[in-house]
Amino acid sequence: MDDNHIIELNGVNFFYGDFMAISDVTMAFEKNRVTALIGPSGCGKSTLLRLLNRMNDLITGTRIEGEILFDGKDIYAPEVDPVDVRRRIGMVFQKPNPFPKSIFNNITYAPKLAGITGRSDLEYLVEESLKQAVLWDEVKDILDRSAMTLSGGQQQRLCIARALAMKPDVLLMDEPTSALDPISTAKIEELIGELEKNLAIIIVTHNMQQAARVSSKTGFLYLGRLIEYNVTEKIFTNPDMKQTEDYITGRFG
Amino acid sequence: MAEKRHTSTHYGKELRNIKEGLIYLGAMVEKAIECAIRALVNRDTELARKVICDDGEIDQLDVKIEEKCIRILALRQPAARDLRFITTAIKINGHLERIGDMAVNIAEKAIILSEEPPIKPYIDIPRMAEVARGMIKESLDAFVHEKTSLAQKVRSDDEIIDNLNEQVFRELLTYMMEDPRKIHRALIIMQISKSLERISDHAVGIADMVVYMVTGKIVRHAPVCKNVE
Amino acid sequence: MKGTVGFQAASRAIQQSSPDEMKRKLPRGSLRWRYLKQQIFFTVVRLSALIISLSLGGLILYITVQGLPAINWDFLTLPPTDSMTKGGIMPAILGTLYLTIGAIAVALPLGVASAVYLAEYAKQGRFIRLVRIGINCLAGVPSVVFGLFGLGFFVVFLQFGSCILSGALTLGVLILPTIIGASEEALKAVPQTFREASLALGVSKWRTIYKIVLPLALPGILTGSILGIGRAAGETAPIMFTAAAFFTAKLPSSIFDEVMALPYHIYVLATAGTQIELTRPLQFGTVLVLVGVVLGIDLVAIVIRSNMRRRKRW
Repeated sequence: MDDNHIIELNGVNFFYGDFMAISDVTMAFEKNRVTALIGPSGCGKSTLLRLLNRMNDLITGTRIEGEILFDGKDIYAPEVDPVDVRRRIGMVFQKPNPFPKSIFNNITYAPKLAGITGRSDLEYLVEESLKQAVLWDEVKDILDRSAMTLSGGQQQRLCIARALAMKPDVLLMDEPTSALDPISTAKIEELIGELEKNLAIIIVTHNMQQAARVSSKTGFLYLGRLIEYNVTEKIFTNPDMKQTEDYITGRFG
Repeated sequence: MAEKRHTSTHYGKELRNIKEGLIYLGAMVEKAIECAIRALVNRDTELARKVICDDGEIDQLDVKIEEKCIRILALRQPAARDLRFITTAIKINGHLERIGDMAVNIAEKAIILSEEPPIKPYIDIPRMAEVARGMIKESLDAFVHEKTSLAQKVRSDDEIIDNLNEQVFRELLTYMMEDPRKIHRALIIMQISKSLERISDHAVGIADMVVYMVTGKIVRHAPVCKNVE
Repeated sequence: MKGTVGFQAASRAIQQSSPDEMKRKLPRGSLRWRYLKQQIFFTVVRLSALIISLSLGGLILYITVQGLPAINWDFLTLPPTDSMTKGGIMPAILGTLYLTIGAIAVALPLGVASAVYLAEYAKQGRFIRLVRIGINCLAGVPSVVFGLFGLGFFVVFLQFGSCILSGALTLGVLILPTIIGASEEALKAVPQTFREASLALGVSKWRTIYKIVLPLALPGILTGSILGIGRAAGETAPIMFTAAAFFTAKLPSSIFDEVMALPYHIYVLATAGTQIELTRPLQFGTVLVLVGVVLGIDLVAIVIRSNMRRRKRW
C-alpha cells in the first residue's frame, strides 16, 4: 500500500440482492486531500461512499466482494468491528441531522460513549471541534440551546463538528450542501479547504462546480463503474473518457 | 466526431451560434484579403477603400462573438470540451479580427502604391496571399470538423509563406540597391509581404487552438514549428 | 380525412350556438350536480360525527346523572357493608389500580423489548411477518379467552391461584399486543437519519437505540401503552377467573391475595347481588368511578404526549 493512500479499493463489487450496484471499482484515496465523486443519480456514488464506513451493513440482503483497505487493513475482514471503523472514518449526511439535544451534548455524545468523561476534557473538545468547523463564534454563548434552533447551514457545520470530535482520519461527505443556501454552501466549501490540512475528505456531490472547486482528484461513476478517476483539473478541462466529458458538459441522457 | 446533444438545447444552440459566427467572420476576412490583394495588383483604389470601410463590419462581428462567449462563460460555467471550445472561440475570434486589420493595412498600402509607377509585376505577393487564405480556410475547417490533421497542414504551410517572404525580401533588396528612388515603394511592398506573413502566423495560431480544443494540449510553443515574429 | 370531418362538425356546432348559450349549456348542469354530491357527502360525514358525539355525550350524561348521587367521601373510602348493599367501594378501586399498575409493570418492559427486537434487530423476513400477524391476531382475541388462558396457565398450571399476580399477568398479556404495536410504530416514526448519525459516529447499535432512538420514541410508546392499559382496566372477563374476588373484607396484603376490582364489582352488583334493584345507585356510582379512572388514565397519556411533543422537534 502506498504511504500516501489512506483508503484503497481493490476490485470491489457490491450487490443489493441480485442487483450489482458497484462493479469492479479499484481506486485509492489520498491522505490530506479532498476527493470528489460525481455521476448521475443512481450511479452508485453514495453507495460507494457508504461502503467506506460500512454504513451499507444496515441494509439487509447486501453483499460485497473485493477488499477495501483502510490503513492497510481490510475493513470487511471478519474480525473487524464496524464500530471501530466508523470511529476513524466520520460521515456527514445530505440533510443536516443534529440530535434533538443541546449543541454541547450533540458534540459530546459520541466521545462520552467512547470513554471521555472529564468535564474539562469535554469542554475543550467541544470548543476545539466547533472552532475547526468554524461555528464556535456563532454558538459559543448558546451551547445549552437545542441544536434544532440553529439554521440549516449552522446545523450542517455542527454535524461536521460532531464528526470531528471523534478525531477521524477520514471524513465522508454525502452531498453535504445540497440542502443549503449558497452562502452556507460557500462557508462549508471554505471549511472543507481548511479541514483538508488535517484529514482526508471524500465528498459525493451533484454540483460539479463544487467538485471542481473543492477537490484535488475527482472520480466519475456511471452505472456502478468507475469510468474515470483523475486529477480534478484534468477532469474538468480535458477528461480522458468520452462518457466523462459528456456528463460534465451536460450531454447526458 | 459524433456528438451527443446537450441536455439543454438552448445551450447547444448558443454554442452552435458562436461556431457559425466564427465561420462567417472567417469568410469575411478571407474576402477582405482577396480584395486587398486585387486592389493592389489592379491598382484599384476604389476596391481598397471598400476593404478599409468594410473592416468596421468585421470589428462589429468580433465584438458580438466575444460578448456571446463571455455570456456563456458567465452563465453556463462550461466544462471540458465546452470550456475548451469557448476559450478556442475567443482566441480564434481575436486572430480573425487581427487578420482583418492586416487586410486593411494591405489595402492602405495599395492606395499609396497606386499613386506611383510599379517597380515590377506582382508575382510572389499574390501567391503568398493565396497560400495565406488557404491556411485560414483550412484552419477554420479544422475548427469546424475538429480535425487535427488539417491543423497540422496549416503549420507546414507556414513554412512556404516564410520562404516566400524571405524571397520577396531579397528581391526587393536588390531593387533598392539598384535604384534608391525605388526604396520607398520597395519598403511598402516589404510591409505588405510582412503583413501576409503575419496573417499566416495568425492562421497557425488558429490551428494551434484547434489542436488544443480537440486534444487539450497547448502546442503553441512546441519546438516542432518555428514561428518568426 | 376523419379529422377534417370531425373538425367541420365541431366548427358547425360552435357556429350554431352563440357563446352565451354555450356557457349556459355546458358546465352549469354538471357543476350543480357536482356541488350537490359534495353537499350530500359532507352531510353524511357530519351526521356520523354527530351521532358518535351524541351517543358518547348521552352515555356519560346518563351515567353521571344516575351515579353522582351515590358518590360521596364514604363511598370512595369505605369497604362495602351489609352484603354489599351499603358502604363504599374502596377495595375495588384499589384492586383495579393494583391490577393496572401490575399489568403495566409486566407488559411495558416486555412489550417495548419485543418492539425493539421487531423494529430494530429482527431480519425482516417471512418468520417476522408471521410473528407480526400473530401479534395482530392476539390483539383481536376476545378478552374472555385471555381470562380462560390466565385461569389455565397462571392460576392452575403455575399454581399462583386467583390473586393480583395472576390478574396482572393476564391483563399484561391482554395489552401486550397493543403495547408492542404502539411501540413499534413509535420506533419506526423516529427518522432513520438519527440512527445513521449515531452509527456513523462509531456508536454501537444497542447504544444508538438506547441513547437516541428510545428517548425519541418514548412519548409514542407511553401514550400508546397507557391508552391500551386504560382499556384493559375496564375489562371484566380477564380478571373474573384470575384475580377478582366477589367480596373481601380486608385489603390485600401481598400479590398472592385476591382483590376486588371495579368492573367485576359492577358485574356482581348488577347480576348476582341479593337486592339488585336496591343497589342501582351503588352500581351507577361504581360505573362512574370506573369511567373516571379510565378517563384519568387517558388524560395522563394526553398530558405526557403534549408535554413531550413540545420538546421534540426535528
